[in-house]
Amino acid sequence: MRFIFLIILLSTSSLAQQSSGDSYMRGQMLYVDFCVRCHLPDGTGETGLIPPLANADFLQDIQATVQSIKYGIHGPITVNGLIYNNTMAPMGLENDEIADVTNYILNSWGNSADVIVTEAYVREIKETK
Amino acid sequence: MKLGFFVYLKIMMTRYFSYFFLLQVLFACGQPDVTISTPNHKSYTIEVIVPDLEIPWGMAFLPDNSLLITEKEGQLIHFQNGQKTIIQNVPNTYVRGQGGLMGIAIHPNYKDNNTIYFTQSTSAHSDESGGNTALYRAVLKDNRLQNVSLLYKAKPNTKKGVHFGSRIVFDNDGYLYFTIGDRGNRDVNPQDLTKDGGKVYRLTDNGKIPTNNPFVDVSNAKTAIYSYGHRNPQGMAKHPVTGEIWTHEHGPRGGDEINIIQAGKNYGWPKITYGKNYTGTVITKNKALPGLEQPLYYWIPSIAPSGMAFVHNSAYADWDGSLVVGSLKFNYLERLTFENNRVVYREKIANEIGRVRDVVLGPNGFLYLAVENKGICKIVPNP
Repeated sequence: MRFIFLIILLSTSSLAQQSSGDSYMRGQMLYVDFCVRCHLPDGTGETGLIPPLANADFLQDIQATVQSIKYGIHGPITVNGLIYNNTMAPMGLENDEIADVTNYILNSWGNSADVIVTEAYVREIKETK
Repeated sequence: MKLGFFVYLKIMMTRYFSYFFLLQVLFACGQPDVTISTPNHKSYTIEVIVPDLEIPWGMAFLPDNSLLITEKEGQLIHFQNGQKTIIQNVPNTYVRGQGGLMGIAIHPNYKDNNTIYFTQSTSAHSDESGGNTALYRAVLKDNRLQNVSLLYKAKPNTKKGVHFGSRIVFDNDGYLYFTIGDRGNRDVNPQDLTKDGGKVYRLTDNGKIPTNNPFVDVSNAKTAIYSYGHRNPQGMAKHPVTGEIWTHEHGPRGGDEINIIQAGKNYGWPKITYGKNYTGTVITKNKALPGLEQPLYYWIPSIAPSGMAFVHNSAYADWDGSLVVGSLKFNYLERLTFENNRVVYREKIANEIGRVRDVVLGPNGFLYLAVENKGICKIVPNP
């Protein structure tokens, strides 16, 4: 019984790894197309103007992260103790693309997340005004 | 004396082309360092005249001094007597990345024909997914577009989110120029005359290809092309004295450029550039090559230029003869002055105002800035 349970756990985790790997790769391409100009290749942004993504405490709130990519950011946010008051326009990405680029951001430049964001999760995220 | 110099150059060119070329390269790389100034004493104030806009991408004044504003997300706004009205019947915009509703211009005879032009990314007129830049013409009547016609649509559609262009300017002969960036396909589009993207286009006011366009006789060429080898021109203006069409374009990391557009010329992207990849890796070692135009000026680091206007017969005592350019990256309006088409002075205006997306010289010679997440701002000189 315990043996079977272990096999199931392993297979799901390797499946998850594979699909998260694909998502990560797609997310990287989207990052280069849509995000890199401002947030830079190493995710450091520009102090005071463009918030960093690398080691950013903001990303611990995955719902807020997805929301900001899906609907943009309007008004001030605080990242690693600094206030950023610049608009980020929504990029017009599809839900699956938002999932991919979120997975890339959450697992790059020293960031690591223990969940995989899915298209279904992104679809459920609503705009808050 | 001057003539003698040119004769000398001519001889050099014909007999010692490579030496001349070397000279040109040295000259090109030797752009004098013109560090930007930040004047302390401000001779102006800034008034927000149209508040609450997200990404006001383009502006055009109508003869009655009311203002047309494009919002990137797809609304065309008419601002008149302090009121914003959304203009009806604008075709659907494909909003993705840098694409949206972008350039706006009025016909030189707007008073007689009420005709306007605008550019936007659209997924229409194609079966492929994604979108590309398109130029439209329409008649504006009672805040509604009539007789909307598509004058040009770049192909193919692509889901790439970058480099759509797209400004619109008329020259003194009534030709319409508009820009489309390389659409994120730099190794395919900008140097290929049979493909759209990375080009400045020229059409007649009714969308026809002028018979004297430079590539009308080149087989399979997109004959609307006027110049090529561009990356992403988001600024274009007609010089008030010479009538020349000037553009600027976003470089990659470093290497934003100002160019004077001439028929059939190749402005070099990506064969030559003063910029690098965003990762810092090299795109090409070449900054100059034979047959490729040198920029009139290049910015390192990039300022992310958007919008462009010449200051002429203006309300500002000392600014006539300058060029002003919005900076998305550094949140100011840059003013540049020239001697013999060389930049000799640069300064920041409206420093820290926000991302300056567009700038126009409006009625009575005032400058108007379109600032993201703020609105339309007027620069008012102190009495």
